[in-house]
Amino acid sequence: MDYLRNFFVNLARSWTAWIGGFLPDWGVNLVNYLVVGIILVLMPVIATLTLTWMERKVIGRIQNRIGPNRVGPWGIFQAFADAVKMLIKEDIVPSGADKPVFNLAPILIAGAAALLWAVVPFGRGMIGQNLNIGALYVVAVGSITTIAVIMAGWSSNNKFALLGAFRVVAQLLSYEIPMVLSIATVVLVTGTMRMGDIVERQVAPFIVVLPVAFITYLLAAAAETGRAPFDLLEADSEIVAGYFVEYSGLKFGWFYIAEYGNLFAIAAITTTLFLGGWRGPFVSVAPALGPFYFVIKSVAVIFVLMWIRGTWPRFRIDQMLAFAWKVLVPASLANLLWSAIVLQIGRQPEQLGPTIVQMILLLVGNVAILAVTGLLLGRAARRYAAQHGWAGA
Amino acid sequence: MFLFVVFALIALAAAVGVITSRKPVYSALFLLLNFATLAALYIMVEAQFLAAVQIIVYAGAVIVLFLFVVMLIGGGELDDIGGRNKKFLARLTWPRGIALVLGLGLLVAVGYGLLSGQLMTATNDAAAFGQGSVQAIAAVLYTDYALPFELASILLLVGMIGAVALAQPPKKD
Amino acid sequence: MVPLSWYLILAAALFCIGVFGALARRNAVGILMGIELMLNAVNINLVAFWRHIGPDQMTGQLFAIFVITVAAAEAAVGLALIIAIYRQRNTVNVEEIDMMKG
Repeated sequence: MDYLRNFFVNLARSWTAWIGGFLPDWGVNLVNYLVVGIILVLMPVIATLTLTWMERKVIGRIQNRIGPNRVGPWGIFQAFADAVKMLIKEDIVPSGADKPVFNLAPILIAGAAALLWAVVPFGRGMIGQNLNIGALYVVAVGSITTIAVIMAGWSSNNKFALLGAFRVVAQLLSYEIPMVLSIATVVLVTGTMRMGDIVERQVAPFIVVLPVAFITYLLAAAAETGRAPFDLLEADSEIVAGYFVEYSGLKFGWFYIAEYGNLFAIAAITTTLFLGGWRGPFVSVAPALGPFYFVIKSVAVIFVLMWIRGTWPRFRIDQMLAFAWKVLVPASLANLLWSAIVLQIGRQPEQLGPTIVQMILLLVGNVAILAVTGLLLGRAARRYAAQHGWAGA
Repeated sequence: MFLFVVFALIALAAAVGVITSRKPVYSALFLLLNFATLAALYIMVEAQFLAAVQIIVYAGAVIVLFLFVVMLIGGGELDDIGGRNKKFLARLTWPRGIALVLGLGLLVAVGYGLLSGQLMTATNDAAAFGQGSVQAIAAVLYTDYALPFELASILLLVGMIGAVALAQPPKKD
Repeated sequence: MVPLSWYLILAAALFCIGVFGALARRNAVGILMGIELMLNAVNINLVAFWRHIGPDQMTGQLFAIFVITVAAAEAAVGLALIIAIYRQRNTVNVEEIDMMKG
């Protein structure tokens, strides 16, 4: 039973013991680091190969089409065909481009996408590194993406690319604040920044305890990854393809991989923070179910994001920034304040995670914040409609 | 030891890059490299929280601001230390000469002071105290250092208002 | 373990490079970058002293955090100033911004 509880830790131990039989100590470390590194790098690639197919199928169904259906059954090998096409394409560097920066940007953005996976807990003890600053690490790695996007946009020597980069700066910096605030709420409630421990202390999934934080995080994450309806940075009808318009071949592929790797990573972090991670029925008996639950929940989050993309029109840039500053930031600040107050009520020393009473209080506060936000938004919408003389005013 | 030397050399090279690059964007990117190596050094001394803050504040905010301003105001070439067509001495105008002398003098003075003093090695284990962790920092920051903390937040507020007020376009009459 | 003096020498070198950059650059953005370099060099010292002399007290790290806060505020205000000057005078060369000269 005890062996099963820490299944993955024990698996790793036996693996280390096995290769330790014929390798010196530094060799064991080297092999282990290499294995972890290769898994980290492979995650975004796997995500791209599976998610592009899923996205095209889902969007196709939403738009009343079939989606890819030529390569393999249900078109599941479409992504591989696309990958091969991308690999054999000519790699073009525009003559006016700033070469070093132009070449560095895709590496940086793909590296950041891979780095995010280091702190994602797939199961009990099945985490690259249970950093004591795990939640901050996620934010820190996310900020590297911003830099890479600016580098790509500037070095392309293209007006559309530079415009895309400018939009990215405004968008990512604005949406980072509600994202950090909602992560901070979870950190406050669990009392830890270790991603593994956040899951351990999440007795009830935080989506039902902190719905405001969940919604804020999901919207901010959609904006951070540049998904519709927040895809202004690559709005193809306005600024062609935004910051990576000049990229082709494998370098374009890196941006593509980073985009889908980030999408999967964001979904995985949402799962970790709000959906209880690898928790689920019978996990304590059969820990191998943990990663299975984890992937199922992540894919569900990704499906919701695709659903939003398929149904909502794109925001205008000023509307989008106003939404971040005037709606998301106040709502998540109020939520953070309420959480801090609730956690002070009846706090026991050495308490791990919230008690039942605290969770109910948190939920009440969250529902109140949601109601007030909805009320104010509805009133603003009616006023706006009345000003423009639209129907429904 | 080996890692420290590697990171220190990268940091120094990046710092030299910051002040010799002709393109301001390169300067900003070298500055980013410098900050990133410093974050790595912080991790080596078990100050993980500081390393994360370093990356978030500098890479996520300060460098982005620098790049943004450089792109906004055109980002033309800095006719500066790395001027291409002139000899080294011709580029050494008197302010730069004084700057070079001052910088080198400071380096020599500090270096001499350090080397003549005794070399100190760490005896304590920071990890044993859990001092790199967020809890340890927060426990002190919100009790003993509450006043500096509040002052810092007021400073940030003033900075924010000042930046918004300064960057506003002038009103047209 | 790396001796304390190595950190101090690295910090001193970075500080001197920062001083030289701040004094020798004529572009206002370049000067700000030099100042950022100097502030970071100070941070290395603070963290190194914390680690080597009193890892059971947090003073060094807290000072470093305050320095980072100040550096962020300074960068924001400084860059806003640069933009304002650029709007007025169409230059960021500090040798041309000498309206106060008698």
